[in-house]
Amino acid sequence: MTPPVIVGAGPAGVRAAQALVAHGLRPVLIDEAPRAGGQVYRRPPAHFRRTAAALYGTEATRATALHAAADALADHVDHRPDSLVWNAQGGALDVLRGGRIERVPYQGLVVATGATDRVLPVPGWTLPGAFTLGGAQVALKFQGCAIGERVVLMGSGPLLYLVAYQYAKAGARVAAVLDSARLADQVAALPLMLTQPSTLMKGAWYVAWLRAHGVPIVRAARPLQIVGGERVEGVRFEHGGHTRTIDCDAVGMGHALRSETQLADLLGCHFDFDELQRAHLPQRDAAGRSSVPGLYLAGDGAGILGADAAEWAGERAALALLEDRGVAVDADRARALERRLAGIRPFRRGLERAFPFPTDWAARADDELVVCRCENISAGQLRATVRETGADDINRLKALSRVGMGRCQGRMCGVAATELLAHACGRTVREVGRLRGQAPIKPVPLSALSASSALREPEATA
Amino acid sequence: MGSRRPLLVRLAETDRASVAFTLDGEPATALEGDTVLTAVLTQHGRLLRNEFSHAPRAGFCLMGACQDCWIATADGERLRACATVIAPGMTLLSGGEGA
Repeated sequence: MTPPVIVGAGPAGVRAAQALVAHGLRPVLIDEAPRAGGQVYRRPPAHFRRTAAALYGTEATRATALHAAADALADHVDHRPDSLVWNAQGGALDVLRGGRIERVPYQGLVVATGATDRVLPVPGWTLPGAFTLGGAQVALKFQGCAIGERVVLMGSGPLLYLVAYQYAKAGARVAAVLDSARLADQVAALPLMLTQPSTLMKGAWYVAWLRAHGVPIVRAARPLQIVGGERVEGVRFEHGGHTRTIDCDAVGMGHALRSETQLADLLGCHFDFDELQRAHLPQRDAAGRSSVPGLYLAGDGAGILGADAAEWAGERAALALLEDRGVAVDADRARALERRLAGIRPFRRGLERAFPFPTDWAARADDELVVCRCENISAGQLRATVRETGADDINRLKALSRVGMGRCQGRMCGVAATELLAHACGRTVREVGRLRGQAPIKPVPLSALSASSALREPEATA
Repeated sequence: MGSRRPLLVRLAETDRASVAFTLDGEPATALEGDTVLTAVLTQHGRLLRNEFSHAPRAGFCLMGACQDCWIATADGERLRACATVIAPGMTLLSGGEGA
């Protein structure tokens, strides 16, 4: 019998695998990373020596538990690390592993593809030394490196303060934390955030720790430019009506997270616009069922709810898969997981209130700003395309300007391009739509495609 | 030259075996378990040049999403530097353009 397949071995994927194994199945678990854990609990190579406490701080217990769960599954799942799912069709996934392509059929598919930083570009963001906040964190956790000697962290969202804390704690020099949110936003969010008091306390504790250790925190800061010729030399920003420049040799930037939805898209899932996340997201019911039979969505890949929720959603989605296969599951457990997931939503709204999306970003973006870092397309070019063609749909703009058509397929520029288009054509971000996913959803070497006998029609890299 | 100065700074895990490779024709040393990105950027300021602007690039997301760290090898290959582990004898070129 064809086994179920899980894509992504982060918190959602590991808990999904665990639930399937507990019910006697042997799922295939496909992941791009060499070791299970996902981005949030990403594990360094096996011979690295830092303790879990050093790597994950306040999240060490959760990280260790997830890693232990993954390790305990080793003999019970078909774990395929270092494997990229680049296409999906007809009940099978096309997977690139070690330079070769294999086709993996599935009966029941859990998509747990996670998230990346939501990026709002500023001039200079393509300079060497500018990374995402998540990237800055990966450098430290996975490689024991800081992104520079003097680091500015900017944008907004909980990750901003977490990375600042982790960097300062590890001995890096954090020159400043520039938060686009106002303190008033964070105060206004308190009632909602008090629904998860321990998470709120952790956030407050990071801020207090940073202040106690002399790390400057500037709220209501508006980054204007990452300064530099061949590499990052500083950050210019506006605060309280004044423009200031901070010298630094590295920048970590991001405005919360965005879901990796390409696979759900290729598989034909229906999407809805989510006002809170300002993004089109694949539909899923409380159990994680998508609009496509046999396809389940779990974790941040289908909407940002965080790592704890991802674990619950992963398990719940696996139970749904089992139910749909006619396997008896613990209905009380399923309901309890759904209750927990529903219970975290007020806090999620609180986070959005505390770290609001800067909705005036597009209006303030200079024409010279490079929006698409793959193909070097500027805000001015996008606006000119809108003016000249009347484009008012993001896929039309993509066809006309090539924005979102480069190697990253809009992962880095999609949010910015959508905001710019909506502003330029006078529609809402809901109305201008979403960038459609296309295979290969990540670049695949032509050598792998031509060596593959499983594929009749080789496709070029994106 | 800005590209000669390293970007990444090692803070931990420095007690690892060394790995010899070649960067732009010069001998270079990394540590076992480094990604290609770490191996290069701990001694150098870029991985590639963008094929449209010709400006230097040094990765961005470090998690396989942005595709802005594809580095060239002397064999004419391209490697995604954030997701490839450095191996002895690799010959890397930081002046390549795009993937």
